Amino acid sequence: MATTKYLFSGFGGQGILFSGKFLAYKGLVEGKNVSWLPSYGPEMRGGTASCSVILSDGAIGSPIIDTPDVLVAMNLPSLDKFEKTVKAGGTIILDSSLIERKVERQDVNVYYVPATRLAQENGFPTLANMIIVGKLLSLSGDDSEEALMGALNKVISAKHADMLEVNLKAMKLGAEF
Amino acid sequence: MANKVLMKGNEAIAEAAIKAGCMHYFGYPITPQTEIAAYMAKRMPKIGGTFLQAESEVAAINMVYGVSSAGYRVMTSSSSPGISLKSEGISYLAGADLPAVIINVQRGGPGLGGIQPSQADYNQATKGGGHGDFHMIVLAPGSVQEMASLTIKGFELADKYRMTSMILADGTMGQMMEPVELDLEVSPAPEKPWATNGTKMQRKHNVVNSLSLVPEELEKLNFARYERYKQVEENEVMYEEYLTEDADIVVTAYGIASRVAKNAVDEARANGIKAGLIRPITVWPFPKAPYKAIANKAKHVICVELSMGQMIDDVRLALECKVPVTLCNRAGGMIPSVDQVRTEIEKYAKEIN
Repeated sequence: MATTKYLFSGFGGQGILFSGKFLAYKGLVEGKNVSWLPSYGPEMRGGTASCSVILSDGAIGSPIIDTPDVLVAMNLPSLDKFEKTVKAGGTIILDSSLIERKVERQDVNVYYVPATRLAQENGFPTLANMIIVGKLLSLSGDDSEEALMGALNKVISAKHADMLEVNLKAMKLGAEF
Repeated sequence: MANKVLMKGNEAIAEAAIKAGCMHYFGYPITPQTEIAAYMAKRMPKIGGTFLQAESEVAAINMVYGVSSAGYRVMTSSSSPGISLKSEGISYLAGADLPAVIINVQRGGPGLGGIQPSQADYNQATKGGGHGDFHMIVLAPGSVQEMASLTIKGFELADKYRMTSMILADGTMGQMMEPVELDLEVSPAPEKPWATNGTKMQRKHNVVNSLSLVPEELEKLNFARYERYKQVEENEVMYEEYLTEDADIVVTAYGIASRVAKNAVDEARANGIKAGLIRPITVWPFPKAPYKAIANKAKHVICVELSMGQMIDDVRLALECKVPVTLCNRAGGMIPSVDQVRTEIEKYAKEIN
C-alpha cells in the first residue's frame, strides 16, 4: 500500500495552500485517497503557512503529518522548522532564490530550484509555487500533460480559465529544470 | 469515486445541511468554523433560504428557537466560547422540545483560549449543554464524509425525538479537506402538528414555551422527556470497532483523536502487539456495548483525547471499572502524535506480559 506524505511550507501569499490543493485534486482525479490539512489562523495573514497532503492507495488514518516523505520549503523559516522532520531517504525541494543556505541533512534527496527568480524571468511572478510542483511531480515521472490538466481543471474555476495555460507552463518549467 | 468532491469539513457540514432541507441558518463568525457561515452566505440567497449573521451568538440561537417553533429545519454553528454563549438558548430549546442542529467546531479553552483544535467541550456537550435536566444528541464525526452524513443524521434525529442535535467536531475536522460524497439519502421532515405556523382557523393555537410555573406539571414534562431520551439510548447508538476482537490493548478515541489512534494501532499491530480501537460516533448516547464486549478480554484501555480527560469517565463507567483505563492526551490546541499513542500502547503491552 503506497502512501506519500507531502508538507508544503512558506510565507502566506506564496500559494502554499493552492499547491497542496492541486496535488490533492490530482490524487482525487487518479482515484487515490487524499487528505489536505492547512495551518490556519493568524499564520494565514502574512506569517508562515503550511499544508499537509497525504495521497494513498489505502485508507488514510491521521491527516496530520509528523514525518513528511517530501518537504517543499519556500522560505528559510520553513526550512529551519521542518528540515529535521523529513523522513530519512525522503525529499526536500526548496526555493533557492529565497533560501540562501544549504540543507544540512545528508540522508535526504535535495533539489534546489530558484523558483521565484524563474517565475519572475518568465513573466508569471506569482507562480513560483507551481514551478516547484512541476519539479516535484517530474521526480516521480508523474507529470504527463493530461494528468496535470485534469487536476488544473478541478482546482481552477471556469471563471479563471485563462490561468490554465500559464500554470501548465510554470509546471513544465519546473519539471525541466 | 466519480461523484466525490474535495471539500473542507466545514463546507461539507454546510452543504449537507442544505441537502437535509435546512433553509435557515443563523450564526456569528468565529475561528475555526467561519467557513460554515461563509458557505451559507453564498448559497442561501441563491436557493431562497435565509442566511443571517446575527449581532451575537445569543441572538443567533434565539433565532433558531423562533424558526424551529415554526416547524422548519434550522441550524447554527460556532466554536467553543460561542457555544457557551448559546447555552442559555440551547437549554430553552430543550425546555420547549424544539428540534435544531448546533455545530461546535471545538477550539482550545477555557475562556477565549486559542484557535487550534480541541476536544475539551466533551463534558459540556454530553452532560447537558445548559441549565436544567436535559440532553442533546451529540454526534462526533471522524472524517469529512461523516461531517456531511452526521449533519443529515442530526436533522433526522432532532425531528424524530424533538431534541437538539450537536455535531461535536474540532478545528482539524473543520479545516481539513477530504473527498466527500454528497449524494446522500435524506428523510424529509415529519409533520409537526405542534408548530406555531398559523391555525388557518382550523385548530386551537399552538404554544411553544419553556416556562412552566406549576411544579407538578414541570415534573411531568421532565419525566416524559427522559422517557424519550431512553428511546434514543436504546435505538440511536453508533460506534466503530477496529481490531478489538482479540485485542489486549484497546485504544479508544473519537473525532480527530481516533484518526491518530488508528494509525498507532496499525503500527502496534505491525510490531506484533494485539491492539484495537473503539471509536464512539454518538458520544451521547454513549456506546456502552463495545466496551462491555471487551471488559473481560482486554488487559488495558487507553483513552486518547485532546483534553485533560473527559470522555475517559464515560469509558470507565461503560467498562464498569473491570479494565484499567489510562489517559493519553494533549490539550490547549495540541494534538497527540502517532508516536505518542504508539509508545503508550507499547508501554502497557510490556507491562501486561
